[in-house]
Amino acid sequence: MNNPFEHLDKVLEHRARLQIMSVLVVNAQSDFNTLKEMLGVTDGNLASHIKMLEKEKYLTVSKSFVDRKPNTQYKITEKGRNAFKKHLDALESVIKLQK
Amino acid sequence: MKTNPDFQKDIATIRNIMERSSKFLSLSGLAGIMAGIYALVGAAIAYPILHGKTPLLGYQSYDTLDADVRGKIVMLALAVLALALVTALWLSSRKARRRAERMWTALSRRILLNFAIPLVTGGLFVIIVIFTGHFSFAAPACLIFYGLALISISANTYDEVRYLGFCEIGLGLAALALPGYGLLLWAIGFGVLHVIYGVVMYNKYDK
Repeated sequence: MNNPFEHLDKVLEHRARLQIMSVLVVNAQSDFNTLKEMLGVTDGNLASHIKMLEKEKYLTVSKSFVDRKPNTQYKITEKGRNAFKKHLDALESVIKLQK
Repeated sequence: MKTNPDFQKDIATIRNIMERSSKFLSLSGLAGIMAGIYALVGAAIAYPILHGKTPLLGYQSYDTLDADVRGKIVMLALAVLALALVTALWLSSRKARRRAERMWTALSRRILLNFAIPLVTGGLFVIIVIFTGHFSFAAPACLIFYGLALISISANTYDEVRYLGFCEIGLGLAALALPGYGLLLWAIGFGVLHVIYGVVMYNKYDK
């Protein structure tokens, strides 16, 4: 029996990480402050979730300076996009199953 | 383990955050109405300068106008544009505050840039045609480039902006085919359409 729960992505089951990926799926890139504002979480919290997504190679990080202030941009990877899509499909079938 | 309401909440949060992070929804309907009124007033001022005694629906050739008239019309058009932009920014920032959102974000800056590219190109195009003696291309070019600017930002704001863009382009092409009715079609495109759009948007989203 094909269990749709198995297809859920463990990394994306956490809502904050799911939200980060949702922003990156529809925007070519995003920066730390924009993500923070979208999610409404603390710096430390956001940083740790981003680190985890980076470790999974779901997003790439590029650091630069804008007006001497550090500016960090995040971009979704192909792997991240596929994982997000698969996770959405799994969510959909789980919801259908439980109805 | 997560239960069904949790998963549905996940889906809801994805949808909400995708929309909030990619669409600027503080665009005010009132701004459209005001822009339309400015345009109609501008067209009413321009009419005696451009048409003299020709009736509104009569054919008026624009290509023989002298430099003095051209300068006046350009100044008038720039004043209408500046007034409309300032009003739109002011009303949108007011709406953003009411929605407890920030006006200046990476998203709104990108939208403004995407809007400005076709608009500035069109503006330069219009100024060049006016001073090289092809005055009749000015009104169609205003409408067409403005329509393209709207379509270029429509993915990042209300869907209705896209339809307004198509209407402006259509009117622009009509104005190109009917060069004697440039001012009339300009007034319909920038005046009447903006008022209609603004009323529709205000009733749909701002009430």
